[in-house]
Parts: sequence; structure tokens; C-alpha cells
Amino acid sequence: MSDHSHELPFWKKYIFSVDHKVIGIQYTVTALLFLAFGFGLMLVMRYQLAYPNQPLPGVFASVLSEPVVGEVTVNEATGETGKVLTGDGYNAFGAMHGTIMVFLAIVPLAVGGFGNFVLPLQCGAPDMAFPRLNMASYWTYLCGGILMLFGFFVKGGAANSGWTSYPPLSLIATTGQTIWLLGMVILITSSLLGSVNFIVTAVQLRVQGLSFFRLPFFVWAQLVTSFLLLLAFPPLEAAGLLQLMDRVAGTSFFDPGGLIISGVERNSAGGGSPLLWQHLFWFLAHPEVYVLILPGLGIIAEVIANNTRKPLWGYKSLVYSAIFLGFMSFIVWAHHMYLTGMGTTLSTFFQATTMIISVPSVIILTCLVISLWGARIRFNTPMLFALSFLPMFAIGGLTGLPLGLTASDIHLHDTYYVIGHFHYVVAPGTIFAMFAGVYYWYPKASGRMMNEWLGRIHWFGSFVFINAVFMPFFFLGMAGVLRRQFDQTETLHGAAVQGLTVMATWGAIGLALAQIPFVINFFWSMFAGQRVGANPWKATTLEWTAPSPPPHGNFDAVPVVARGPYEYSVPGESEDFSMQATA
Amino acid sequence: MSATVIPYDVKPHPLTGMYNGKFGIWLFLASEIMLFGALFSTYVLLRVGAPEGTWPIAGSPTTRGDNILQVPLAALNTAFLITSSVTMVLAWANLKMGSFKKGQQFLLVTVLLAGAFLVVKYFEYNSKLHHYAVTFNEHFDRDGVESKSFKGLTQAGTEKTIHYLWGHVEETKKDADGAIQSYLFMPDHDTSHGGEGHEPKAVEIHPAEIARMTTFGPGGSSFLGCYFVITGLHGLHIVGGIVVMLWFLLTGSKMWKTQPDKYANRIECTGLYWHFVDLVWIFLFPVLYLL
Ligand code: HEM
Ligand SMILES: [Cu+2]
Repeated sequence: MSDHSHELPFWKKYIFSVDHKVIGIQYTVTALLFLAFGFGLMLVMRYQLAYPNQPLPGVFASVLSEPVVGEVTVNEATGETGKVLTGDGYNAFGAMHGTIMVFLAIVPLAVGGFGNFVLPLQCGAPDMAFPRLNMASYWTYLCGGILMLFGFFVKGGAANSGWTSYPPLSLIATTGQTIWLLGMVILITSSLLGSVNFIVTAVQLRVQGLSFFRLPFFVWAQLVTSFLLLLAFPPLEAAGLLQLMDRVAGTSFFDPGGLIISGVERNSAGGGSPLLWQHLFWFLAHPEVYVLILPGLGIIAEVIANNTRKPLWGYKSLVYSAIFLGFMSFIVWAHHMYLTGMGTTLSTFFQATTMIISVPSVIILTCLVISLWGARIRFNTPMLFALSFLPMFAIGGLTGLPLGLTASDIHLHDTYYVIGHFHYVVAPGTIFAMFAGVYYWYPKASGRMMNEWLGRIHWFGSFVFINAVFMPFFFLGMAGVLRRQFDQTETLHGAAVQGLTVMATWGAIGLALAQIPFVINFFWSMFAGQRVGANPWKATTLEWTAPSPPPHGNFDAVPVVARGPYEYSVPGESEDFSMQATA
Repeated sequence: MSATVIPYDVKPHPLTGMYNGKFGIWLFLASEIMLFGALFSTYVLLRVGAPEGTWPIAGSPTTRGDNILQVPLAALNTAFLITSSVTMVLAWANLKMGSFKKGQQFLLVTVLLAGAFLVVKYFEYNSKLHHYAVTFNEHFDRDGVESKSFKGLTQAGTEKTIHYLWGHVEETKKDADGAIQSYLFMPDHDTSHGGEGHEPKAVEIHPAEIARMTTFGPGGSSFLGCYFVITGLHGLHIVGGIVVMLWFLLTGSKMWKTQPDKYANRIECTGLYWHFVDLVWIFLFPVLYLL
């Protein structure tokens, strides 16, 4: 098999490749770039928040132009000028930050990147079930992403109605919103192609002996995720299409009629419902939050099992919880809409389902924590990220409970508290899991280890600064500071807690700096990292049976599976790990 | 091209009883159900929320659902699609029995029926895009043409009388700057003064008299929006099906020579998709045209 890979020309091997590993790496790199870009947008916004209407520092000022920034006079005497972020620029950056982070960075990284690279290997498959569809899915994603970015260059700038694009605001927004909708439709298509491929691969391409309950938890997590993508995304595609029609074809699905814009009534038949959009949007977007977290939980489970040198505690509970979570996530969406005037009967239903869905989340976290009990833990970089993931995810999840109950959500809705809640889940949560995954599977992808000390510096800096960014959000929110606000000092209660916002901004700057060791490490290790064999972590799952890096077709001989996924420290065995594949 | 052999590419998997492609198509169709399901929900929600008397209902004297859409044309289209589902199955069955030529012939018939569906749809769309509804500011009466009216409720719940005429724009008169002076408007047979049996005649209407003037295109009303979006998306699915079937008609013989089983499988998957597209229409027809 491996001799065949030599015959492929460069562009087929690395650019238009159908090999799931190459596609996985393409996804990972592209998504990491989007992650950095989305973070960059936020840094500009954080500067404005901490130092309202002060000229931006040189780096940002030189790359930004109208209408994102406006010229102001800094010094009356000398006539010196500077550039400040405008309100419109702030809105566009905010909307695009959310969109990019969720749809172009985290999901492609977690599913497209790790899912693609690891899932077929852990199933013992030679590739995805539909390799060419897999390639199509990546290129569709890239096109959608580039289209989204193109929005910055149209008249009026990028989409500026928030990542949630609520009508009627989004109906009357500038052209950027149309680009956003087109981009979303393309991205959704990409993720549909991907999810079909994942499910078929995990169900049909498992090698002999690999029964469902011998699948690593990572595969289970990806499987549930794929079902969520498959079934929750189409309603958003429908909603996107309807909003597109409202904007370009004169329909009024989300337009109740009688909207007066700058003194002129919007020409439409009316009769639409803005709330309909919210329902369709959250019907996707709540399952989407589990799309954001489940692959991360999968990675953490792998890393924890490997570095505690023990079987995962409660493997089956993990699997059943993930499935139940996936199911429940379809019937909690309206907890994002408590303040839209829904009746108490309806809100009681959604409060109940929201409380119920937190149970499987807690079971998963508990299993992972108990897995640590009594272990001789190896503290390497992936494990440090995994260990810090646990409390961060706990903070994120527990702060969700007050949001799920109407009595407290009335106070907290649309404040920085909500922002704190979900960022604890996605940032020190999912993103830490992604880092753990990069450090863990890097040797598999490249045949070389990443540098351990640079890794630890990266982890320490990230851990400290990320808390400095997000912890203040809870206090800001409880003090009543609203999200999507350009300048909190314009309100008295906001001005009183401005110090916390300044702290978060400096945390973000520190977080940016803390990524430098990672970037150096990522590239340096490609050439100078210590070379390793097939199984540097002494792990059990199937990907570690294949050579590092695996050739096209993955395995030298088709593996046969004889055991469960986490048989560490089995009494009576000569080694402390028993691999799934029989030799 | 690659040496990698994917398991269960052609043979069914013992657990699911399906080869990869078939399983994949079923999953894809599940997502399609969610897509059309969301659109149908939109329809239901908007209809339920519409103020009384504003949603076109078949047989209703005021809102005239059956007059907006052409039921006989849709019935004809229903027949086309159901027949095409049958020929699609026959194409696959013949391939399975080893008869390539007959299989391809039935596939061709399927494509032709699908094409006929689109032609009919074109005429339906076209007539709507050239049919106008004019709502007047107040009662209109000129040259023997009188507006009709009905009492509706606004979203706020207050009663409101709507004065309207339906018909075609014969001519648009503009002044030197291109600003519209007036329309020469030919009312529909049954809305012109005098009702059935009288010769309709064209009448001059000035923009100042008009509260709102739209075609029966997507922007005409919530109902028409639903109609155009749902049937439009369905039409795109038909176009997609035609493209795929044409592709197999043109390139099929090559694959048939080396991998007949795989080719028959591909037609089976195409068939599954095609039946789904038909099924959507079977829902669309009563929901949009008859209810
Ligand atoms: C563990 C149980 C969880 C509960 C009970 C919960 C509850 C909630 C509630 C009720 C809201 C709406 C708050 C409001 O707008 O007033 C919310 C917002 C949000 N949650 Fe969670 N959540 C949980 C887990 C997660 C997870 C795992 C994620 C994954 C990333 C997540 C991401 C989000 C996001 C992105 C938002 C904000 C949406 C927006 O822009 O408005 N949540 N959560
Ligand atoms: Cu939610």
C-alpha cells in the first residue's frame, strides 16, 4: 500500500487529497487560522471596551480602515490624529467573532480536524467510507469561510446583527448580512457531507472484533455529534434560506409588517414572525453547543485514560450519557427564549428539560474525575490541558443552571454572565481539549513529538490568562452589564465595574502572548521534534497500532480487535497497557 | 487511483444490511426531512398566526386560494412524478436483472417525466409573476371598473376593509424622467365590474391611488412566500435529480462493463432520493393547493 503514495503527484497528495489524514490536517490548520483571526477581532473589541473611544494602538490602526474605524483628533494642540473603532465596526466584529469561532473554528477543528484524522484510525478503517465526499466537504468549508471573510469588503462591512442574526434587525442590515447567509448555507452543506461520512464510517467500517462497546469514547462522541449536525443543521439552513428570501426576494417570513426605517415604511406584505427565526435558530444552536463540547469530551477521555494508566471509570455510563445528551439537546432550545413572552406552561417544560439535560453532563464529568482516583498520573502537556479542562468545564456547566431557570434568567439574560457561562464551556473547555488533542496526536500525524517544555509554558500561560479573561464576566453580568455593548462606562452601574473589563482585556492580551510558545513549538517540532515510533504514549487504541505517520490506507495489515478500548494495567500482563489489536 | 479498498463499498454490511452508499443516502434523506420539516413548520406557524381572512383558502369567496394556484396543472404534475417513480424502479430492476439497455431506457423516461414537471412548473411560476394584485387607498370606481373589497383584521386585531383588483398590467406609461405616470390595467374576468359574462375592459390607474401593488410572486403574501420557497426548493431537488440521472445516462456504460453491481447500486441510491423528492411533492400538493 505505502508504495502507492509515492506515485501521487504533490498536488494530489497534499492539496486535493482524498486521504482522511491529510484532510484532517487541512481542517486543523485552516481552523486554527480562523481561530487566531476570530481572536484578533476580539482583541480590537476588548481594547475599545477597556479604553472606550481611545485611539487604537499602532498594529491595529494600520490594518483597519473605514467603516470599521474612524479618525479622531488625539491632541488638539498638535493636530495629531488616531483611529478609533466605530460602533458599526464593533457590531460587525462582534457578529463575525461569534460566527467565525463557532462555525469556522471550533466545529471544523473538533469534527473536521480531529474527527477526520482520528475516527477512521480508531475504527481500524483504511479511510473514510466516502473519501471523495470527504474532500468535497473540506473544500466546501473553505469556500464558505472565504465567502464569510469577503463580507468585510462589501459596502457597509461584514454582517453586524450578531451571530444569532435576529430579525427584524438582520432584515434591514447592510449587504454583509446577505453574504453571511450565503456563507452559512455553504457551511451547513459542508457539515452535512461530513456528518453522513462519519456515521457511515463508524457504523460500517469497524474492523473485525470492534463491537460498538469496544469503540473508544472519542468515536462515540463523534458519532453523537454527527447525528446532531445531521439533524439540527437543516432547520437552520431552511431558516437561512427564508431570511435570504426576505432580504433579496421581498418575502416577509420574519417581517411582521409596518417596520418604519428612517421614517419610511419597509415595503413588504407583512404577516411574518420574528420569533419564528429564533425558534429555528435555537433548534439548531442548542444542539450546536453539544457539537462544540462532545468532541472535546471525547479527546479528554482518551488523554485521561492514557495518562492515568487505568481503564476509564464508567465507560458505559459515558456512552449512554452521550447518547441521552444528544437526544435531549433537541428539546431544550427555548431556554434561550424565556424573555420573549412565552407562557408559563411552555417555560415550565423547557425549564424541566434543561434541568434534565444537565444530569448526563454531570455524569460524564463525574466519570472523568473519578477516573483520576488512585491513579499514578503522568503529568505531560496533553494531561495538563485535560486536567485543567475538568474544573473549567464544571464552572461553565454549573453556571448554566441559573440560566435555565426563569426566575434567575430574567436577571441574567443578555448580560455578561451568559457570555461568561458559555465561554467557560467553549474556551477553557473545548479549546483546552483541542490543545490536549494537538499535543496528544501530533506524534501520530508527524512522527515527531512536540517539545514538552514549550508545551508546559503554553499550558501555564493559557490557564492563568484565560481565567483572567472570563472570570470577571460573571461579576460584570451580575452587576448588570449587558452583552453586545459598545461602551459600558456610559451607564452608571457599568462605569462602577469598569476595572473588571480592563482586567479582562489585559487577560486577553496575556492569552495572546501565551500562544507564542505553541506556534513556535508547532512548526519547530515538525523538523526538530524527537522522532518516535508507532506508540510513543504506550496507548491502547487502534490508531497507535498504525505506523507514525500512517501511510495511505493506514494499517500495514488489517487489524483484528480482541479487547475493549482502555485496558491499562491489566493484572498479569507484562506491560501496563494491552493494545486493542492482537499482534 | 488509490490502492485503498473501502470495505462494504458494494456488498451489504451484515449489521445494517446496507452497503455504504445506501446507508449514506438514508442518512442524507433524514437530514432532508428536517430541512423540509422546518419549511412546513414555517408554513403552519405563519398560517396559524395570520389574521383572519388574510390566508388564501381554497373555496373561500374572499381570499380565493384555489384561484391563486392552478390545481389542474398541479394534478398533472403529480401524475408525472408518480409515473416517474415507477419508471425509476423499473430502471433499477432491469439493471439488477442484467439488462443494461432497458434499464437506461427507463432512466431516460424518468428524466423526461422530470423535465415535463419542470416545464409545467415554469408556466405556473410565469403566470404568477405577471399577475398583479393592486390594493387601493380607498374604494376605486372608474370607467365602469370597480374595486372589490373584503373585511380583514390587522395584526393588531382592528378591522380593516381592503379594496383590491387583480389583473394584468397592459402598459406602463412613464414621463420624460422615467417616473411612472399611470398603468393601463386589465382586471381579471371575475373582478371587473359586471362580473362573469361581461367583457372585461382595461382601466387607467395612477400610482397615487395605490396603497400597494405586487405580483403574485414571492413577495405577494406570506402564503405566496411559502409557496415559492417550498416549491422552489423542491424544484431545485428535481433539477439535481435530473443532473445526476443524465450523468449516469452518459457515463453509465463504462462502469457497467467493469462493475455492474456497483452501477445498479448507484441507480438504487438515485432512486431512493427520487422517491423522496416525489414524496415531498405528495405532501406539497394538498398542503399548498388544496387546503
Ligand atoms: C450543562 C448544562 C447547560 C445548561 C443548563 C445551559 C444553559 C444555558 C442557558 C439557559 C442559556 C441561555 C442564557 C440566556 O440567553 O439568558 C445558555 C446560553 C449559552 N450556552 Fe449553555 N448551558 C449548558 C451547557 C452548555 C454547553 C455544554 C455549551 C457548549 C459550548 C453551552 C453554550 C452556550 C452558548 C454558546 C450560549 C449563548 C448563546 C447566545 O449567544 O445567546 N452551554 N446556556
Ligand atoms: Cu441552550
